[in-house]
Amino acid sequence: MARRLPRKDVVIVGLGWTGSILAYELSRSGLEVVALERGPWRDTASDFNIGTAADELRYAVRHDIFLRPKQETLTMRNNPSQTALPIRKWGSFLPGNGVGGAGVHWNGQTWRFLPDDFRIRSHMIERYGEAILPEGNQIQDWPVSYEDLEPHYDKFERVAGISGKAGNIKGEVQPGGNPFEGARERDYPTPPMRQGYAQELFTKAASGMGLHPFPRPSANISIAYTNPYGCSMAPCTYCGFCERFGCANYSKASPQTCVLPALVREPTFEARTECEVMHVNLSGDGKMATGVTYVDASGEEWEQPGDLVLICAYSLFNVRLLLLSGIGRPFDPATGEGVVGRNYAYQTGSGSTAFFEDAKFNPFAAAGSLGAALDDYNSDNFDHGPHGFVGGANITCAYTNGRPILYHPTPRGTPTWGSAWKKAVHDTYQRVTTVGAQGSVMSYRNNYLDLDPTYKDPLGRPLMRMTFDYQDNERKMANWMADRCDEIAKAMGAKTTQIGRLVGPWSVVPYQTTHNTGGTIMGSDPRTSVLNRYLQSWDVPNVFVTGASAFPQNAGYNPTGTVGALTYWALDAIFDYLKSPAPLVQP
Amino acid sequence: MTGLRRATTLCGALALVLLVGAERAIADPDTFTDVERGKALATAGDCTACHTVPGGRRFAGGLALQTPFGVIMTPNITPDNATGIGSWSADDFARAMHEGRRPGGTFLYPAFPYPYYTRVTRKDLDAIYAYLRSLAPVDNRVNRNTLPFPFNIRLSMVGWNALFFKPGAFVPDPKRSDEFNRGAYLVEGLGHCGACHTPFNAFGAGKNERYLEGNQIDNWTVPNITNDPHVGLGKWSVDDIVQYLKTGQSRTSLASGPMKDVVENSTSKMPDADLKAIAVYLKERGAAGPSAPAPLPETDARMQVGQAIFVDSCAACHTRAGAGVEHMFPKLAGNVIATQDDPASLIRIVIAGGRAASTDERPTAPAMPSLGFRLSDEQIAAVVTYVRNSWGNAASPVSAETVKALRGRVAGAGD
Repeated sequence: MARRLPRKDVVIVGLGWTGSILAYELSRSGLEVVALERGPWRDTASDFNIGTAADELRYAVRHDIFLRPKQETLTMRNNPSQTALPIRKWGSFLPGNGVGGAGVHWNGQTWRFLPDDFRIRSHMIERYGEAILPEGNQIQDWPVSYEDLEPHYDKFERVAGISGKAGNIKGEVQPGGNPFEGARERDYPTPPMRQGYAQELFTKAASGMGLHPFPRPSANISIAYTNPYGCSMAPCTYCGFCERFGCANYSKASPQTCVLPALVREPTFEARTECEVMHVNLSGDGKMATGVTYVDASGEEWEQPGDLVLICAYSLFNVRLLLLSGIGRPFDPATGEGVVGRNYAYQTGSGSTAFFEDAKFNPFAAAGSLGAALDDYNSDNFDHGPHGFVGGANITCAYTNGRPILYHPTPRGTPTWGSAWKKAVHDTYQRVTTVGAQGSVMSYRNNYLDLDPTYKDPLGRPLMRMTFDYQDNERKMANWMADRCDEIAKAMGAKTTQIGRLVGPWSVVPYQTTHNTGGTIMGSDPRTSVLNRYLQSWDVPNVFVTGASAFPQNAGYNPTGTVGALTYWALDAIFDYLKSPAPLVQP
Repeated sequence: MTGLRRATTLCGALALVLLVGAERAIADPDTFTDVERGKALATAGDCTACHTVPGGRRFAGGLALQTPFGVIMTPNITPDNATGIGSWSADDFARAMHEGRRPGGTFLYPAFPYPYYTRVTRKDLDAIYAYLRSLAPVDNRVNRNTLPFPFNIRLSMVGWNALFFKPGAFVPDPKRSDEFNRGAYLVEGLGHCGACHTPFNAFGAGKNERYLEGNQIDNWTVPNITNDPHVGLGKWSVDDIVQYLKTGQSRTSLASGPMKDVVENSTSKMPDADLKAIAVYLKERGAAGPSAPAPLPETDARMQVGQAIFVDSCAACHTRAGAGVEHMFPKLAGNVIATQDDPASLIRIVIAGGRAASTDERPTAPAMPSLGFRLSDEQIAAVVTYVRNSWGNAASPVSAETVKALRGRVAGAGD
């Protein structure tokens, strides 16, 4: 039997980017806030000592700061005709664990979605007619516009100190930036990172082809910076230990560098780590949340009452928590009814690997978001008419790392061990670069999340089941992008190139991307969305859900910039809600 | 604590005051303005640092102070009748602060810096007393007899006091500005800056002839804070000092070690005017320090080894030019901690790491990790010697023996 604790104004589940931002802003306003985090506390100085942080075996291979499948895992299948089996070793994606969440181990690409992305369904129908939409799709317009989110994107970029070059300030196109981006009020807070030789070649080649390359916006920041919360960051040293690592140099934006130093000074804030939330508790009529029940590190169960419950876990676990709590009706692919678990989406990856004769790229001088990119083939920046697919990709030439264990590219056909392999690694390391396309994934009736009928976690709760595969639309898009990448790679002067296409079913084994989206999507209609346009639950108005689980489908970008913008957008709404607690949108 | 209990305590105190028949006007402990003023003064005096155990109840005492003579446990100064100062009158409190004696006349040890507090005005002491009496009493009995023989004989303090303690009031210097005198009052009195920044003699008394010329506390270098240009505050502006005290950071330095606690508990919460007065006083009262030696030549073998280690292990943050990163990593060029005669802090930070202060204005509190696990005594000596003699710095070289001795004392002391 859970022991009942004193009531708090706000209970936050998960202390990553969104949880820490909301915790800071709400506790600063005087509210009593408690954040429950199932992983450990993590601090730059204590946990990411510069003398030990760059340990590829510990972090990148053995997944030290990731969720352990023993704590929670998913079952996975490609389609409803299969039986889902548990993921026992994370592969395709790597959920974080502990304070800071995925905001600790991300690479740092911080994009804004394009204005068209937010009304993609209407836009595509207006321009091409209904027939362009793929079979079985559930593509939805977002209930917010780019213009709604612009000031909130700006706020997040300020807090994170993002390095970049604006391409469009108040409608004026800026040379050197991304001309396709939505109008921004002002430039990035810090200048772009220093680009390497491969990025120079990419930029020159792409410009020569009439494309529009620009430095990729980066949370591995270029100069010393102090954010509006008073938190300071140091310039990136290009060590190449970003993704899968905590940053020891205070250079990568994370809750640790950007929010927690200010948050822990707030006297009305409390964090409880190693506390796993079991479910959100509801009032007798199911219409209000009364708090949460959680289990602490010693296995003791507690009830934490609260007036407002903010679900700020990683996207997949937001969905599971709603399913376990009975908030919102689960999605049923057979009938198309229900909403929780609906529109799970992911990301595509394709591109071209470029081998040069005499280049010396020094790939070890890298950073998670160091790179040059172009958006000419993203969203609807190009004519989709002749191609028969929806969606797009950002195309980049980048070095995230040149680390010794996992980075040793070789040409196709090289043996995987022995002297021939060693020779190929030696010959290739300095002479290879990639032009890659990270693309959108649309939403479909058969890609969804629900509770597994068979497998349970150590606390006896059903695991979540993922049913996902790439659809023809995504394969077509990704493979068309691969050809575009190859054109650029050749124009860069590569002696040989190898195209990487998207073929066969999605596999959970090789790492691809941790950009899982959807499942608690925001929308204008409670029949097709879990949350209203303010990330407020349609069914339980004192529950808000943040993060990429709110995306109706995924765009051709990394999600964190939009996750940050939505958090500040929801924050304003939460303050409105507190003034008069009620649904902020009438269905 | 219950309201009833506090009321009882206050009544008890008032009764006692009446009983002893105070000769002078006693501050009324219920006077809000006195309590507020007393709170500010207790902050300026950093009473928290010694009288609060980390994570413990405020002012409930029990912190073990390591002195050369043994461990002294700090007393409970909450108004608890049995274990704190609940039964003390304002006169009792003033006598402790001014004379180092408890009610009944027994002696306090000068680890409690009454040789400084003796300069605090009675009015200010009464305000502090009023503030302490407004706190919730905490029942926390502290063993006050932890010193070994012969130091456990409190009567020995008669001799110590006769030799080293000059009771007396603060006397402003009429030739100096009000601001200077305010600064002097704070530094010499309640702030008891000299308790750390003045070298000790063999009896643990401050060497008055070398007032504020630096010391070593708990294996940290406590720098010279006279206006000396080589090792003191000579290159710091008044504003640099104010910023350092207020935010924990100046252009070159981040407060760490024991000064981190002073900044966090005390100076960052003091009014700007008082911080400026302190800075004006420190800048204007004069300079004293050793003359700068010639820097070691770059060709010195220790410098060459030190540079190689610096480039590999230090330059990513502190930069090749020793310029550091503003608000994050201290600038080493021109850093007075680097050029003190005593290299303890530099060695200690390399071995065990250190964390900077966190303040409202500068919350980040960046930390240097410990590198003692992978640098030998010789390597640390070389890199510290290199830092002490590069980018315009000049200071005596450091030997591996010095590092070895300090490593023995700070091993596992990561902050």
